[in-house]
Amino acid sequence: MRPGPTALRLSAHQLDEMVAHCLRCYPEEGCGLLSGEASTGTVRAVHPMANAAASAGVYALDPREHLRVDLLAETAGSSIIGVFHSHTHTDPYPSPTDVRQAPDPGWHYVLVSLRHELVSTRSYRIVGGNISEEAMVVLGQ
Amino acid sequence: MPVAVRLPTLLRPAAGGRSLVSVEGATIGEILDELQHEFPAMAGQLLTDAGSLHRFVNVYVNDDDVRYLDKLDTKVTAGDTVSIIPAVAGGAS
Repeated sequence: MRPGPTALRLSAHQLDEMVAHCLRCYPEEGCGLLSGEASTGTVRAVHPMANAAASAGVYALDPREHLRVDLLAETAGSSIIGVFHSHTHTDPYPSPTDVRQAPDPGWHYVLVSLRHELVSTRSYRIVGGNISEEAMVVLGQ
Repeated sequence: MPVAVRLPTLLRPAAGGRSLVSVEGATIGEILDELQHEFPAMAGQLLTDAGSLHRFVNVYVNDDDVRYLDKLDTKVTAGDTVSIIPAVAGGAS
């Protein structure tokens, strides 16, 4: 398993982009990919995507859209470094499904909880079935 | 016949960090076998013990999912790009 940076670094605007997309998708779960610099855990772009599962309880990325985002990221000199999705009625903590299906131990996993009026976001690493929360460092402009 | 294969971030360390590799093969099955032969760290991540495509892996030839073509028997020709894409899913349920 690859060790990675222990924090996700992103701008306030990027954080807002994730939350806004999840609110737009409500009552279904919203999801998307994060591209950036893997060595520092820095987000360069948020990619809001369709929830192919169209469900309030699960999400799935469309692989064809995933491929397009991957190519876009590479053109920008980045790579995919993580994925975000919302939990509409539960806390921002990875579910057993999230852990079981986590595709890459090098990625950052951002959870956006819409359970309460005040939206909460958390970032995690999921390696070998083990969940560890990491800091979300919101960078200035 | 070499075919370009695009790797997901998960498999790049096994290929020296490369996102694109060139692999010999005339079908998707041959391409995946050759990938695992050339990059042994990928073994078990693409195919199941029974030899079928792992369900957490999507393989595309250009813009088409091989599950809707001939699966591992899907033919590839010079100029095609094969993309391996992880199935990304989860959710509260």
